[in-house]
Amino acid sequence: MTVYQLTEETAWCPGCGNPMIRRAVQQALNELGLPPEQVVMVAGIGQAAKMPQYIEMNSFTGLHGRSLPAAIGIKLANTELTVIAQSGDGDNYGEGGNHFISAIRRNIDIAHFVHDNQVYGLTKGQASPTTAQGQITSVQSGGVKAMPFHPLAMALVTGAGFVARGFSGDHEQLVTIMKAALQFKGYALVDILQPCVVWNKINTFQWYKKRVQPLDDNHDTSNWDFAFAAARQWGEVIPTGILYQVEKPTYDEQYGFITGSAPLAARELAPQQAEPLLQRFY
Amino acid sequence: MDYSIFIGGAAGQGLDTLSHILSKILQRSGFYVYTTSDYLSRVRGGQNFFQIRFADHLIHSATSRLDCIYALNHEVLLQHIDRLQENGLALADEEVPALDRLTRLPLRAIAEELGNVRVFNSVGLGYILKVFGLDFDRAQEMLQQIFVDETMFELNVQALHKGAALTESSVPVVPGKQRKHILINGNNATALGAIAAGCRYYCGYPMTPSSSILVFMDAVSQEMEIVVDQVEDEVAALNMALGASYAGVRAMTGSSGGGFALMQEAMSLAGIIETPVVVINVQRPGPATGLPTYTEQGDLRFVLHAGHGEFPKMVIALRDGEDAFYQTARAFNIADKYQIPVILLSDQYLADTEVTLPPFDFSKISIERHLADAQAYGPGTYYRYQVTESGVSPRLIPGARGNSVIVDSDEHDEKGRIDESADNRRTQVDKRMRKAQGLAQEVQPPWEFGADAPELLLVCWGSLAGPMREACDQLNAQGLVVRALVYGDIWPFHTERLHALHAQAKKLVVVEQNATGQFEGLMRQEALIRADEKLLKYDGRQWKSDEIVAALKEVLS
Ligand SMILES: Cc1ncc(C[n+]2csc(CCOP(=O)(O)OP(=O)(O)O)c2C)c(N)n1
Ligand SMILES: [Mg+2]
Repeated sequence: MTVYQLTEETAWCPGCGNPMIRRAVQQALNELGLPPEQVVMVAGIGQAAKMPQYIEMNSFTGLHGRSLPAAIGIKLANTELTVIAQSGDGDNYGEGGNHFISAIRRNIDIAHFVHDNQVYGLTKGQASPTTAQGQITSVQSGGVKAMPFHPLAMALVTGAGFVARGFSGDHEQLVTIMKAALQFKGYALVDILQPCVVWNKINTFQWYKKRVQPLDDNHDTSNWDFAFAAARQWGEVIPTGILYQVEKPTYDEQYGFITGSAPLAARELAPQQAEPLLQRFY
Repeated sequence: MDYSIFIGGAAGQGLDTLSHILSKILQRSGFYVYTTSDYLSRVRGGQNFFQIRFADHLIHSATSRLDCIYALNHEVLLQHIDRLQENGLALADEEVPALDRLTRLPLRAIAEELGNVRVFNSVGLGYILKVFGLDFDRAQEMLQQIFVDETMFELNVQALHKGAALTESSVPVVPGKQRKHILINGNNATALGAIAAGCRYYCGYPMTPSSSILVFMDAVSQEMEIVVDQVEDEVAALNMALGASYAGVRAMTGSSGGGFALMQEAMSLAGIIETPVVVINVQRPGPATGLPTYTEQGDLRFVLHAGHGEFPKMVIALRDGEDAFYQTARAFNIADKYQIPVILLSDQYLADTEVTLPPFDFSKISIERHLADAQAYGPGTYYRYQVTESGVSPRLIPGARGNSVIVDSDEHDEKGRIDESADNRRTQVDKRMRKAQGLAQEVQPPWEFGADAPELLLVCWGSLAGPMREACDQLNAQGLVVRALVYGDIWPFHTERLHALHAQAKKLVVVEQNATGQFEGLMRQEALIRADEKLLKYDGRQWKSDEIVAALKEVLS
């Protein structure tokens, strides 16, 4: 039986990176043998965020920018679920920027896959936080004035335990990274470079292809300084792979009662259990 | 027997501790207690006060008149001494300049003699307890609870007795029969209601006057196994609560108007993904930051229209502490039954006012989850938005083998997949809106107080219940024939009793805590009934019962 079945049709353009990313997610989930009833994909809004439409699995497609809060709520309610937040660069780093910082700080056990095409695809090509300075778009007709955002550097500085960069054009590596992110205990960020064939004529498939360079398989993933340098490297060479991987206590497990017996969602409710609280008011 | 003690001074002078101790002593001595607070949005300075009313009979409001003033500075004394009853007692330290009717006491001198000025208020407390002939054992018991440090406790007890030695028991009070009442404010009652209903997830971002819900939930989080979380902002708060609810737990969030405003897109999300959630807006006067620590009923219209787009929701205004408990618990059942957001409307007055109440009856709370049975669905046969006659689709939570639970903020088909066709749009809108029909059956009629066959009908909502009830009694005692309707369920709107009583009464007066008569507008819209008069108060201070009486007499004359 095939699990995580893919739909035939999608609203993605030919040549887009999204279908490649979808294939990688499917393969990662299947290879890990995760039972689909125990996995939830959470998305915001955008072209990337349409991912749950096209894979047969539990999903929560919420608001633009708000995939992380929903994912966190889901994970806290049921820690037995594997939770993936999956959305675009605009969604996660722009509209949802505050949630991004907060999710890193919390170190909740979720995997975060960001499709980074350096542009707002669905809304027709405006600049995203990762669009290069000077790049011309319909709204930034004089060129983007702001400096670009460095998600991986930001994640490292804020204390993320798993930081990786993938490329939609390197399937094998992407599957490996995704599997590691899904198995990582804690917040795992994967920034996935992806061309947008219609709206980003600068960062094309070829542009990425020429620059991405997988990190040495044996590099020390606990070396923060090395990871930070690799995160910042953005020029003729863009290093890909798992930059950093070090486990720390997760937010969910710090609640204590949350893990252990049945997940919260499955626990018995009885009003009388709360009655002793009245003692505080006599 | 019915007295009001006023305790006023600057923030940081220990007013809240003193007021708390005194209220608890009165409660434990068997009196009915009603403690209101008036504080500014600052950590030090300013003029803050507490007003403790206690009686041997049920009381439902603060009053304007005062029987005892305990002032920690000159300014607060000047501001409130006009409210002192003829035989009332005004107390202050010797350092406060002399004033007609003021008794000045060596509070600081005694505290210094004892070696710690911080026991100042215990000297004052001893004096007040003695005047009213109150129980010193209860006082010691309270001091022991507050001051864990043994030396501080001893010192405070000494201060208490020194204060008592300064006077005689001039107006000894006798409580009614001994009763076991709780002393609780609206926010804590709300929190208890949520916990009784099995809320497992509560998150929020601090905002006065809603924060004490978050504080209480956090305090009991481990004991009750509730995930309580201070999150990055209110946008996150409601999105998180929806995630938690989707995954199967009962979830709630809360804020005041500003934070509630930030939740609007997610409110709308709750509407289209049909995920139950309870959200409380503890109102304070706006617009924007407004008066952070004061009260208003200014968000009624806003809350009715919460969230963009059209979807069924319910709005329940909490009327008093007991109502806060039972209605909050009920809100969870309604949210689950119709898979909608239920909004609770409270306000600073209700949130902070401490009142003695009979203990809440937890056996009256039922938990009705309305979840579908996963076993009933063969692989691939479950459709989250299945079209049904009631509009309510069977709800599964993730974890059902062979079936995906798919929710989507885009317009979707029965399965949960994006579908932008006109046909599907009509089908899904109709399905969602059909839930409003069932919801209309859930609505509870407003509370009613006062005379039958009324000549004057008073209408109000929410936390005005108490002051209105007392005002109504007073008016009837004065020979008027008055009945009051107090709305709790605001949306859907209940019209039957309003129509019936309106047909009998000669005059209808709406009383509200806002500037524009928002409820009166709703009444016109839903019941086609216009008030003859509107009594509106929007200075941030709650209507007191005697103020309602006075204002009514003015409009009736
Ligand atoms: C609150 C809100 N603001 C704006 C939008 C419009 N909007 C939808 S997707 C999007 C940007 C998408 O960019 P990105 O997240 O990078 O996804 P992509 O389409 O590039 O995959 C915007 C601005 C929205 N849906 N909601
Ligand atoms: Mg994008």
